[in-house]
Parts: sequence; C-alpha cells; structure tokens
Amino acid sequence: MQILNDLSLYFSYPFVRYAVIVGVLIALCSSLLGVTLVLKRFSFIGDGLSHVAFGAISIASILHLADQMILVLPVTVISAIVLLKSGQNAKVKGDAAIAMISVSALALGYMLMNVFSASANVSGDVCSTLFGSTSILTLTVTEVWLCAILSIVVLVVFVLFYNKIFAVTFDENFAKACGTKVNLYNLLIAVIIALIIVIAMNLVGSLLISALVIFPALSAMRLFKSFRSVTIFSAVFSVVCALAGMLISILAGTPVGATIVTVDLGGYALCALIGRVARRS
Amino acid sequence: MAFLTCEHLSIGYEDREVLKDVSFVVNPGDYVSILGENGAGKSTLMKTVLHLIKPLSGEIELGDGLRADEIGYLPQQTFVQKDFPASVWEIVLSGCQARKGFHPFYTAADKKAAETNLKKMHMSEYKDSCYRELSGGQQQRVLLARALCATEKLLVLDEPVSGLDPLTTKQLYKLIAELNASGVTIIMISHDLAASLEYSSHILYIGDGIFFGTTEEFEDSEKGKRFIGRKGEKKDANLK
Ligand SMILES: Nc1ncnc2c1ncn2[C@@H]1O[C@H](COP(=O)(O)OP(=O)(O)OP(=O)(O)O)[C@@H](O)[C@H]1O
Ligand SMILES: [Mg+2]
Repeated sequence: MQILNDLSLYFSYPFVRYAVIVGVLIALCSSLLGVTLVLKRFSFIGDGLSHVAFGAISIASILHLADQMILVLPVTVISAIVLLKSGQNAKVKGDAAIAMISVSALALGYMLMNVFSASANVSGDVCSTLFGSTSILTLTVTEVWLCAILSIVVLVVFVLFYNKIFAVTFDENFAKACGTKVNLYNLLIAVIIALIIVIAMNLVGSLLISALVIFPALSAMRLFKSFRSVTIFSAVFSVVCALAGMLISILAGTPVGATIVTVDLGGYALCALIGRVARRS
Repeated sequence: MAFLTCEHLSIGYEDREVLKDVSFVVNPGDYVSILGENGAGKSTLMKTVLHLIKPLSGEIELGDGLRADEIGYLPQQTFVQKDFPASVWEIVLSGCQARKGFHPFYTAADKKAAETNLKKMHMSEYKDSCYRELSGGQQQRVLLARALCATEKLLVLDEPVSGLDPLTTKQLYKLIAELNASGVTIIMISHDLAASLEYSSHILYIGDGIFFGTTEEFEDSEKGKRFIGRKGEKKDANLK
C-alpha cells in the first residue's frame, strides 16, 4: 500500500508523468529496429553513433546552443549514413572504422567539455550524458514534445516500411536483383537508427543505448520464430521493462538508465531460460 | 526489342576478369540454359546481368517493357543468418515486395499468389514453419516459390534443382516448362545436360570459348559436340 501511495504522489508531479510517457515511447521505438540491427550485424553502429552524439552534445554545450538538437540531430544522421556506407564496403574494415570513430568522438567530447565548460560540475555533466542519470526527470515540455513527435515519426515510418525492411534484412541480394531500391532502404534504416539514438540519449544516456536496441530483439528471438512475432514481442518486452525500470528507479532512487538496462538483462535471462525449457520439452 | 541484350560484356571481380566478350540476347518467351563447368563464370554472369555486381565493360540492356522489378531470381546460395526468425509465409510473400514500389502493404492478390506458388512447390503445409528449421531441399523450394512470386515475365534460376530429390526435380522441370509455355521467360543455369537439351530453346555455353544459339545449333556445333561428348564420357566412367 505504501508503494502505491508513493507512486500516486510521484505521479501527481507533471515532470514524472512526462518522464514515463517519454520513456515508454523511446523504449517502443528503439526495440522496433532491434531485430534488423542485430541480424544485419549493425548493432555496433548503434554504439558508435551514440558516442558521436555524445561528442556533438559536448560541442553544442560549449557553443551554448539554446537547443542542442539543432546540432546533435544532423551530426548523428550524417554519421549514420557514413558509417553504413563504410560498413557495406568490404575493403574498409567496417567494425574497426566504427570503433575508431566512436572512441575519438568520446575522447574529443570529454576533452572539450573539460577544457571549455563553464559549468562547475563537469564530471557530473559528463556522467549524465553518458549514463542518462537524472536527465529524464528534468525534461522540459519542449523536449517532451520533440521526443513524442520523433517517436511517432519513427513508428509511422516503421509500419509503412515494415515489409521492405523485412525484405532487405532477410535477403538483400534477392531484393536488389528483383529491383527493390535496397540502398534507399538501407539509408532509411540508418536515418531511423540515428533518430532513435538521439531520442534515447535522454533516457539512458549514450553508453547504454545499445542495450535498449539489442536486449528486446535478442530476448524475442529466443522465444519466437517469425519476423512479425519477434518484432511484436520485442516491442512489448521493451515497453514493459522500461516501465518497470522507471518505477523501480523512482521508488528506489536508483539511476534511471542503469535500472532499465538491468531490468532488460533480467528479462533476457528469463526469456533465454523459457526458450531453453520450451525447446527441450 | 529483346527483354535482355548483352553486348561484349566483360565480367569479373574488381580487377580479376572471369569472362570477356559475352554477347547474347533473350527474347520474350525464350528458355535459355547456361551450361559450363564449375568455376566457368556462370553465376558471375548472372549476378552481373542482375546488377548485383558491375560489369567490367560492356552493355546490359533491358527492353520490351521489362522493368528491373519484374525479374524473379533464385540465387545459387542464399546465405541466411543462422538465427534469423522468419516463417515460410513471410519469405514467400516477400517475393511480391519489389514490384509494389512504395505501396506499403500486401494486397489480397499478393497473398493469393504466394499461396498458389507455395502449393506449386508442395510446401503449403509448412506455411507457418520457421525457415531455418527446414531441410535444404525444402528451403530451396521455399526460395523457388518466392522467385515465382516476384515475376510473371522473367525468371532467373541459378541451379534450381541442386538439393532436390529426383521426383521433385522432375516436377520442377515440368513446372518450369509449363511456366515457359504460359509466357514466362526463363534463364537457367544447370548442370543437368539432358534436361537442358530437352527443355530449352537456347543454350549459352561458357567454357573453352563462348557459344550462344538455339539448342539445335548447339548440338550441331563443334563446342556443343565436345561438351556433350565429355559429359557423356563422364557418365559412362561413373557407371563402370
Ligand atoms: N566473390 C568473388 N570474388 C572473387 N572471385 C570470385 C568470387 N566469386 C567467384 N569468384 C571466381 O569467379 C570464377 C567464376 O565463379 P562462378 O561462381 O561464376 O562459377 P560458376 O560457373 O557459377 O560455377 P559453379 O558451377 O560451381 O556454380 C571462379 O574462378 C571463382 O573463383
Ligand atoms: Mg554458380
């Protein structure tokens, strides 16, 4: 009972409600493309991009941009396109290139913040950009709207292009031979990833984003065998885990991002166990 | 105007030339078999024609109203991720995808086509099965059903019978012949000489030099006689 009272008290604050709404939307969006990213071996791109976004944020904060998104969004989208192109080109070692870009962005971002930042608490700023600690509770109304709009865009695009995304993910060569504009859809996928990363940085910070993308997909793949059921289950899984994580974090006062990812990990372990038992029987 | 015209095509990978000066024409209604030994460059040629790899030089032209999204393709090998979650139904239906352009969803007609083609390949009962849990031959049939969904005009098949049992092989040749009779143009790579000579209207032979012509011309030609002779010898040797 005490818990329910606590919760209703917290939910009487608008910023808590905002945080939960945004959290659910982010969890939903990031899980959708997870299957594609895991299967195309793109999951590391998500990781690289989030570091690039971190670098962009630090530059934006040095420049004292009122709205950091103006810089972060385009930089991340462009990096996504570049990384995707280099990943396709077998001659450039795609994963090495990405690792290089991502650590460089991380190092540069941290250095710039240290050297130029006017804030008294640099390590606190850095920590919350990396791990998303409390930022979800300090969202402004504009940020909530931006998140909501971007999430809806991602959702609509995903639903409209679901069949094409499947075709391109399952067998790119066949799709290409039959005249599908494979490059266009790969580009679309890259742009959506970038959008998701920028949105999700608010919730879990840049280091933990990959978890939001990968865990739901991997968990669903343990249990289901068709693309559609895997996609639907990962969306449900992601939303449930994000909700549970946020509630726990509000009640227990733990950092939001880390709590959500921990719940995801627990959910994955559960799915793996159920999958194994189901296969044996 | 022909469906497909290739002139003085030179193909290969990066700076390694596999074949040069390949010219052939595929007209609507043709049944072209591509013959040649392992490593001759048949699959490479096919991939070039389908624009999966770039030709080193030369021209590939589509004509007679054939659009790139009206071609069905069965690759020699389809590399599918080990743990890819996909049902047979989803895969076959994805064959209809290319010619839909930007239209987002499958229509009742698409689903009907997918069902019909699954039935043709005797795979209807596996509709909801997971693709990666099927046997190799069953997977081949699913991919064939997908290729059939992709086209009513030009079907490009790279060794479609590999991995199929004799009965299914026979049924498949019959099916392809029926499709051809109903107006679908066929380009097929095959190691099955007897079936190729029996069914196809044209032969593209790749080996010691390149030959392109009708099946009768091939059987009468020097290259054809030598190739058929070699294959025959091999068979005799196997029997002994
Ligand atoms: N991805 C590749 N990169 C470089 N060379 C390749 C590649 N694929 C094939 N080759 C080479 O090109 C040549 C032709 O190969 P191809 O696959 O076209 O033969 P094929 O006629 O289809 O043979 P098979 O009957 O065994 O299918 C071979 O010598 C092969 O080594
Ligand atoms: Mg081949």
